[in-house]
Amino acid sequence: MLELKNIRKTFNKGTINEKPALRGVNLTLEDGDFATVIGGNGAGKSTMLNAIAGVWPLDAGKVIINGTDVTHIPEYKRAKYLGRVFQDPMTGTAADMQIMENLSLAYRRGKSHGLRWSITRAEKEKYHELLKELDLGLEDRMTSKVGLLSGGQRQALTLLMATIQRPELLLLDEHTAALDPKTAAKVLELTDKFVNEGKLTALMVTHNMHDAIAHGNRLIMMDEGRIIIDIKGEEKKKLTVEDLLAKFEQVSGSEFDSDKALLSK
Amino acid sequence: MTIASLLAALPASVAQGLLWGIMAIGVFITFKILDIADLTVDGSIALGGAVAVMAITHGVSIGVAMVLATVSGLAAGLVTGILHTLLGIPDILAGILSQISLYSINMNIMGKSNQAVSVDRFPLLVTLRDIPHTVIMAAIFLVVLIAILYWYFGTEQGAMIRATGCNVNMARAQGINTNLCKVIGLALSNGLVALSGALIAQYQGNADVNMGRGAIVIGLAAVIIGQVISEALFKRQINFALRMLFAAIGAVIYYMVITFVLWLGLPSQDMKLFSAIVVAVFLAVPYLKGKWNTSFAHAEINDTEGVED
Repeated sequence: MLELKNIRKTFNKGTINEKPALRGVNLTLEDGDFATVIGGNGAGKSTMLNAIAGVWPLDAGKVIINGTDVTHIPEYKRAKYLGRVFQDPMTGTAADMQIMENLSLAYRRGKSHGLRWSITRAEKEKYHELLKELDLGLEDRMTSKVGLLSGGQRQALTLLMATIQRPELLLLDEHTAALDPKTAAKVLELTDKFVNEGKLTALMVTHNMHDAIAHGNRLIMMDEGRIIIDIKGEEKKKLTVEDLLAKFEQVSGSEFDSDKALLSK
Repeated sequence: MTIASLLAALPASVAQGLLWGIMAIGVFITFKILDIADLTVDGSIALGGAVAVMAITHGVSIGVAMVLATVSGLAAGLVTGILHTLLGIPDILAGILSQISLYSINMNIMGKSNQAVSVDRFPLLVTLRDIPHTVIMAAIFLVVLIAILYWYFGTEQGAMIRATGCNVNMARAQGINTNLCKVIGLALSNGLVALSGALIAQYQGNADVNMGRGAIVIGLAAVIIGQVISEALFKRQINFALRMLFAAIGAVIYYMVITFVLWLGLPSQDMKLFSAIVVAVFLAVPYLKGKWNTSFAHAEINDTEGVED
């Protein structure tokens, strides 16, 4: 499904702020893999997701989605393969546009945009049903501007937009980090629902070790721009935070440095 | 300086305001939809005037001349769009570069700085000699253009352009070529501005290389005045077609205010200064209001009010 072959990216090359963010990442995701990605600050988690999405060109390596080499394809053309939810709830939606207009844009992701009316009647009914499933009352506010929604509502809507057309790969970049714990739990619940029902392949970056262990069938830990731990199957199911910390120390030779990841339950 | 002389001048300011209202809708597209302050308009309004007048005086029919003027504006916007997206020049600077080049281009089109077109010799669409006719023609143009733009921005392509202006990151994540959208928006906007210029040139009976100087300020003033009034009347929830209509109404109000302050005795040479101050105030007020609402001083006042309760 997804293959990353030795991808490398250094920011601000040749300046005093030079920062090697990805130092040769190799990863293969199978169809239906739901991998959580964890690591300290600056480990390269979000950078890896941005590399897959094509936010900027890579220094080296290849990104292959479902057999297609997308390494040199710009971000907007890659979008047809990808559903994306961002850390900042403001990023994933257009605030000045209506809820249903946002959905209709997502519904046409990767298709040509002609001079047909942007929302058909059949679509409106479909959106109404889909919003109802979110159970946030958004189905009665389809013509409201998205800017009027709360952060949690916006993330739930972005999640719906990311999956309204089945993506080859769903990229979740700390999409619950900006939410309060209760809302975050609700959005995670929705995430599980969408991934399971759609049998989606997904990569979910999180700061929260408990979430990383509780969700998905695979766990990836990154450190200093590399993948250092990759746990799947039965081993992942039995994993505890203590196991994970011990493993991290063993592999990296240092202590896990993110208090946020350790303290958040 | 009698009331009668003011009233006598008002119909002309309405006619002028409606013609400039077409340009205001063009500015609305870049400033409100794309979130770009496009300075090309100062040049493209004169470009539209120059192309239309030269075409008409060379025996081209009025309709074709209008189309030529509009297409020339589309091309000017296209150049600004390419400078901005493909060549990475900041939007304001890209507009300034186009505007400056258009000065030379307009001089070349006209051969001199001013070219007259007489309503006695050509069947012009509008003229200041027949104000009621001009008002009706301009109103028809506005209604038709607003209808077409309302339809266009409601289509898939239009939604794409609106999303680009609203949130570039979201648009790209939804597979939208945001650079292309900016170029289309800039071209469309300048096409409208040039169309407006073609009508203004006919109205005043000549095209002048300087006729667009400060046009962006008039356009912004119209858009902002229109927005303020529509928000006061409708409390924000307002249809897209109405928003464009209010930009045009803003231009009418702008010209009525200009007529009024001229009548009060403000020297006409100070008009541009006055316009710039009006725009600066209207742009600054929402910002300062927002700043005040989140300031320490404001919090303190709320605090004391709370104690008194």
